[in-house]
Amino acid sequence: MTQSNTPETAKEPTPASGPASSRAVIEVQDLVKRYKKADVNAVDGISFNVHEGEFFALLGPNGAGKTTTISILTTTLLPTSGTVTIGGFDSKSQSNLVREQVGIVFQQPSLDLNLTAEENVRFHAILYGLYPWRPAYRLMPAEYRARFNELSEILGLKAEMFKPVKKFSGGMKRKLEIVRSLMHRPKVLFLDEPTAGLDADSRRNLWEYLKEIREKTGATVFLTTHYLEEAEEADTICIIDGGKIVSFGTPLDIKRDLVEEYLLVTPADPAALRRELDDLKISFTPGNEFKVALNGTTVHAVLKSIDTPLTSVRTHLPTLEDAYIAVLKRSDAAD
Amino acid sequence: MRQINAILAIAQRDFMKLLRDPARLVSSLIFPLIFITVLGGSLQASFGDADFNLLTFTFTGVLAQTLFQSAASGVISLIADREEDFSQEIFISPISRYSIILGKTVGETMVALPQGLALVLLSFVLGVGMTIPRALALFPVALLACLLGAGFGVIVLSNLRNQRSANQVFPFLLLPQFFLAGVFNPITNLPPVLNFFSSLAPMRYAVDLMRSTYYFGKPEYSKVVLLSPVTNLVVMAAMFLAFLGIGTAMFVRKERNR
Repeated sequence: MTQSNTPETAKEPTPASGPASSRAVIEVQDLVKRYKKADVNAVDGISFNVHEGEFFALLGPNGAGKTTTISILTTTLLPTSGTVTIGGFDSKSQSNLVREQVGIVFQQPSLDLNLTAEENVRFHAILYGLYPWRPAYRLMPAEYRARFNELSEILGLKAEMFKPVKKFSGGMKRKLEIVRSLMHRPKVLFLDEPTAGLDADSRRNLWEYLKEIREKTGATVFLTTHYLEEAEEADTICIIDGGKIVSFGTPLDIKRDLVEEYLLVTPADPAALRRELDDLKISFTPGNEFKVALNGTTVHAVLKSIDTPLTSVRTHLPTLEDAYIAVLKRSDAAD
Repeated sequence: MRQINAILAIAQRDFMKLLRDPARLVSSLIFPLIFITVLGGSLQASFGDADFNLLTFTFTGVLAQTLFQSAASGVISLIADREEDFSQEIFISPISRYSIILGKTVGETMVALPQGLALVLLSFVLGVGMTIPRALALFPVALLACLLGAGFGVIVLSNLRNQRSANQVFPFLLLPQFFLAGVFNPITNLPPVLNFFSSLAPMRYAVDLMRSTYYFGKPEYSKVVLLSPVTNLVVMAAMFLAFLGIGTAMFVRKERNR
């Protein structure tokens, strides 16, 4: 794994979970994009690899360069410099071959609302060269109809598949798009903020569904999202800001590197606790609650070493959101 | 074969949209009918003479103009599609950009043709002297007028940045052609400067070919037709190929090279 932009945080990702293999399916090298008439680079020399079967999350604030990166990776935008290969094909000179390797769920639903769900799926299948064009479902090859029925069952939508998509809920539209994008069995599934605009229930359903799909197909997933809890399960997280990679690694690495773990305790006798912590050389911040740094030790070990009675104990274990905010603060400070 | 399947799928999508929205077909006929009945009728009443009937003259012009304009604006809708969301699905698929444009051209031609058919059917009651053989003879010309309009749409599309600029620019490119092409007004005796601009207007050749077909064998043929059908056909074919080839190449380049 290369990630030349931030060597100080570069890590060889060791997938926490998932069926990732060591073969790189996406290779990005020194990627730069400067839009016409722009003064700064939207993407500024980023490099990284994504391995087969990996769940890769690209995070960053608005304007960080996420959509630009995903547009280049999916061949809809040419880079200013640098190279991108997907499944071994160059995104610039072999764009049609790259497009065959990828499935995409866009930020905005890209379904034709005037068509039925089946017509949307059929349209996709024909554009990807899976089946020949026929004017109606009944005239399509039996193989298509079988695959279509199989997908309808996965969606649990058999009867609705012949109704116009405009009658579908937001969550169902998203599921339909995911099913459609998997029709041609892509090597990489790009999900560009797939749950934007969905309610909490639909988001949870969609993620359960995506997890199932990943387990069944072993597809590589490349995700951009604003919801950090969605990236918690990723094998690798890449945080970009101002077009540069500012943090890279497993969710655990990122949290461990950037955010401290500490205890919040309320002593019965604050003065006694202060003395005791000084004697034990444990760093702390006094207050109504004492913030006691763990500094690599366990909660149990710290508590065991303290004799002063405590009326309350809380542990602070960082979330990915804490880490993300810390990364962005550090990035802003560096600017 | 894959590209042909994709072209057919893209074309079918446009046609399906028309079938699902019959109100669109009805509303698209309102302006042509106003032009023919109100403008053509009043021109005939005020300025008509024994040489030729201005209602019939207007009908033949409006028929070509409607087909040309419908196909052109249909192709330009690709820019709206792109800004909305569905076209992402088309642009990300592994098919040639040329196939996308060609599919859109065929699709919008199929959308424009029913409008022409409706106008021809209505012409039987409008008193323009339509006959069944004449109506049948107009069909291939209608197809060519649509294709030229779609080609014109492609070259305009390739020079537009967004839907807003399409809304601003397209009327300026289209409206002068109504008059330069002689849709309602005879242009056999234009001053040289206007004649020069008229010869640049693609719509002129579609209108003239439509009239040469409609008036074929009629005594007023020489008074309303400007060029021979062969000349019109050659110019239309050259313009169509140039618009489609150059327009698509420019469009493809602009799409990815932002």
